[in-house]
Amino acid sequence: MIVRISGEDQYRLQNDLHERLNQLDSAVLGAIDADDEAAFKAAFSELLDFVRAKGTVVEEDEIETSDLILPPDDITLAEAATEFTGEGLIPD
Amino acid sequence: MAGLTGRMSTVVKAKVSKLLDRAEDPAETLDYSYQKQVEQLQNVKKGIADVVTAKKRLQLQETSLQQQLVKLDTQARQALSSGQEDLARTALERKNIAQTELQSLDTQVTELEDQQQKLTDSEQKLRAKIESFRTKKEVIKAQYSAAEAQVKISEAATGVGEQMADVGLAMQRAVDKTENMKARADAVQELEAAGTFEDITALGPGEDDIDRQLKALSSKSAVDDDLAKLKGEIGAGGAPDAGQLPAGETDPGAGEPSKEQSA
Repeated sequence: MIVRISGEDQYRLQNDLHERLNQLDSAVLGAIDADDEAAFKAAFSELLDFVRAKGTVVEEDEIETSDLILPPDDITLAEAATEFTGEGLIPD
Repeated sequence: MAGLTGRMSTVVKAKVSKLLDRAEDPAETLDYSYQKQVEQLQNVKKGIADVVTAKKRLQLQETSLQQQLVKLDTQARQALSSGQEDLARTALERKNIAQTELQSLDTQVTELEDQQQKLTDSEQKLRAKIESFRTKKEVIKAQYSAAEAQVKISEAATGVGEQMADVGLAMQRAVDKTENMKARADAVQELEAAGTFEDITALGPGEDDIDRQLKALSSKSAVDDDLAKLKGEIGAGGAPDAGQLPAGETDPGAGEPSKEQSA
């Protein structure tokens, strides 16, 4: 599965990491619902760090379409609240 | 579609499908896509140039504010040594505002530098993808039947399209931030135009609208501190009403009176 972090890179992740990604996503959404900036920052960083740590960067001359696209790392809670819709992370 | 990917994916896909609108003749679509990509790359370059321009503008303002700081400081000293404490206070209040503005400009310049770096990185990545697409399209043209080519084109063009859309989003963010900063910079300019940083001695003490705003705005205690400090510096020297700005002539070993802030 290919995951893009907007403004950064695309990462190639093993498919069986779906579930963990969904968990991390839930934490982010929870923080958004609670309108908790600190929790949001922490949860979102954890999600991005997970992708960066578990994935390998797709080379610049490779052309791939992402299975999912994450917002840029400097997104604010307010921006995120309008950006996210509240279902799971992985589109089906 | 949902969660984090929800809207972002929708936005990206909408942009990508625009790119693929002309999927009739594969060879033509390929060339068209490529041409579009190159155009887009030019736009990104222009966007980067805009960010650089905005940054330079802010830097110019920083320089101007720094000069104002020195000027207002000098004026405060002059006012105090000639016994006009009100005037000195006003000068210090204005200095305080200028200082706050300067700090905020500093932050913004750093932020713009960050944006510039990100955009430059994005541009490089996009360039690499486009270059890769260029090679790939020739292979697709040569090696695939029309039907197969159609599929391959969609894959390649979608991939590049996504990269383009992503750079587009980054650009958008940069533009938004730059707009905010422009508003901020304009506000500083308005302050300047309103005479906030003008020669304080040309003005009677505290009688115009700006002064009232100034007092409301500026941190009073900071000004009080500044004033006390200045009094200490000038008062200790027992400056006679010489009317000259380097009033602290009895300071031991203060080589450059106008820059003394160590003691």
